[in-house]
Amino acid sequence: MTHPSYILEATYLIASCLFVMGLKSLSHPDTARRGMIMAAAGMLAALLGTLFHPDIHNYLWIAVGLVVGSSIGIPMAMVPMTAMPQRTALSHAFGALAASLVGIAEYVIHGNSMGGVKMGALGLEVMLGSLTVTGSLIAAAKLQEFMRGTPIQFKGQHFVNLAIGLGMVTCFVLWVMDPGAANANIYFFTLVGLSFLFGVMLVIPIGAADMPVVMSLLNSYAGLSSAATGFVLGNNVLIIAGTLDGFSGFILSILMCKAMNRSITNVLFGGFGAVVGTDTGGVGGTMREVTVDDVAVQLAYANQVVFVPGYGMATAQAQHACRELGNLLEERGVAVKYAIHPVAGRMPGHMNVLLAEANVPYSSLWEMDQINPEMPQTDVAVVIGANDVVNPDARDNPKSLIAGMPIIEVDKAKSVVVLKRGKGKGFSGLENPLFFKSVTGMLYGDAKSSLVNLAQAVQKV
Amino acid sequence: MIHVLFHPAVTLAALFVAGGEAGKTALDPAVVISSLYVFALAAFLGYQVISRVPPLLHTPLMSATNAISGISLIGSLVIAGSTYEHHQTLASLLGCAAVTSAMINVTGGFLITDRMLKMFRKKETVKAEEKK
Repeated sequence: MTHPSYILEATYLIASCLFVMGLKSLSHPDTARRGMIMAAAGMLAALLGTLFHPDIHNYLWIAVGLVVGSSIGIPMAMVPMTAMPQRTALSHAFGALAASLVGIAEYVIHGNSMGGVKMGALGLEVMLGSLTVTGSLIAAAKLQEFMRGTPIQFKGQHFVNLAIGLGMVTCFVLWVMDPGAANANIYFFTLVGLSFLFGVMLVIPIGAADMPVVMSLLNSYAGLSSAATGFVLGNNVLIIAGTLDGFSGFILSILMCKAMNRSITNVLFGGFGAVVGTDTGGVGGTMREVTVDDVAVQLAYANQVVFVPGYGMATAQAQHACRELGNLLEERGVAVKYAIHPVAGRMPGHMNVLLAEANVPYSSLWEMDQINPEMPQTDVAVVIGANDVVNPDARDNPKSLIAGMPIIEVDKAKSVVVLKRGKGKGFSGLENPLFFKSVTGMLYGDAKSSLVNLAQAVQKV
Repeated sequence: MIHVLFHPAVTLAALFVAGGEAGKTALDPAVVISSLYVFALAAFLGYQVISRVPPLLHTPLMSATNAISGISLIGSLVIAGSTYEHHQTLASLLGCAAVTSAMINVTGGFLITDRMLKMFRKKETVKAEEKK
């Protein structure tokens, strides 16, 4: 090892430690910011250290990449919070693209002189990386509504996917087993192509409401492909950072699946939301419509009000209006809480970020398990653009498509107000018996204007 | 069942299998073994650290890990800046594209994570700000 390499390795070691400390600081909102600044410092150290790498002789392409990358990356950090899910999906795509490009470049440079281990790692890196690139782009397109959010399914889909999967494995095995073969290049680039295709096929049958799971899985794949890059280059900081990312995504996808009481297989291949659930029988009845003034009186004289936001709050951009109303109520001495279901919205933690943006202090944001015991003492539960996460069928009807999914039990509150755009069904196409219960009042209209009207009415009470 | 192929544990197992092919390797087996140690330990560490992140901060967690995995930047830099006997132009272009993608995540990821974390405030801080 030459002298500069020791310095380089030292910067990598420091960076690894700072990354771990940064993630550890995310265990509490008060320490999180400082921790992430440390992690960013670690990244800067690794970047500067690498610029002195003994193999680097030409800085032109590096400079171009750094400048272009920053000038795309900085604007991407300025997107509105409602666009977080699609922005995050795009960044999974870029992360995975970087990893697979490194893999492809390594193969172009070293060809078949790499040896089995390195080729195995490189193959995995390129496979995971490529499928994450296209998968994330499809997810971003669905979230940005460039594409329909409903699942795209066709006959024999599973067989097509299986065939592509087997094709990938075959190319991979043929390529690793006989790197000297005349067809090695063909195997490798077919593997890359099939992986791109597989990413598309993996995400098109998944509905928009299942995006929290898909986002987490893609996060995991992007991380693992970075970790595989570390194996290819024999670089520990890459392995550490990639593995942390990979496991973070993996843990999140497990948590999201639990919050829907479904398996990953079911999410990926179930095509949820495509088939309209068979009517769960006899829920019908009449929905009771309420007026803004009625609700305003109810809210103004309540002891405790719980807001339950869903994706509808994000689409209506209603988080600020919600906070305004909450503020007015708090000034009147009403206890105001915000109940967040783990899969509300389109990515893990989506609702928390939106409400924090609207100036809701984090101590008012309650997790599902904390808020459910409080429901019986709650005078009014206000459901804003949420549907399946408050559907009592999940708890009461074992035949329901969402049976067993944990819900926020708003129906146990003394009264419920549902802010809803129209009388239609929710994303999953399921009937929601909550809307027909006697405690429930329906307030139709755009969530944002309903909340603004409610705030005005509360001021007059 | 295809997704099982991409389960982290399977990925690890596949690397072990690939490691079994070490007979004709260009990587030193000792390096491979120590890399596997690093991977396994980082996985346990990651599990411990990330399990403690509250659901409140799951979105910032995702953007933070995204920014951190932009560390593949350092691999990209070496590819973009090295000189090779063959395929120089192609390697430099691939390297440059990789540097660009990784840099997008590094700058964008850290900036947006900070922007989000700034928004998570204590009740007292929010009250004090609103009085102003």
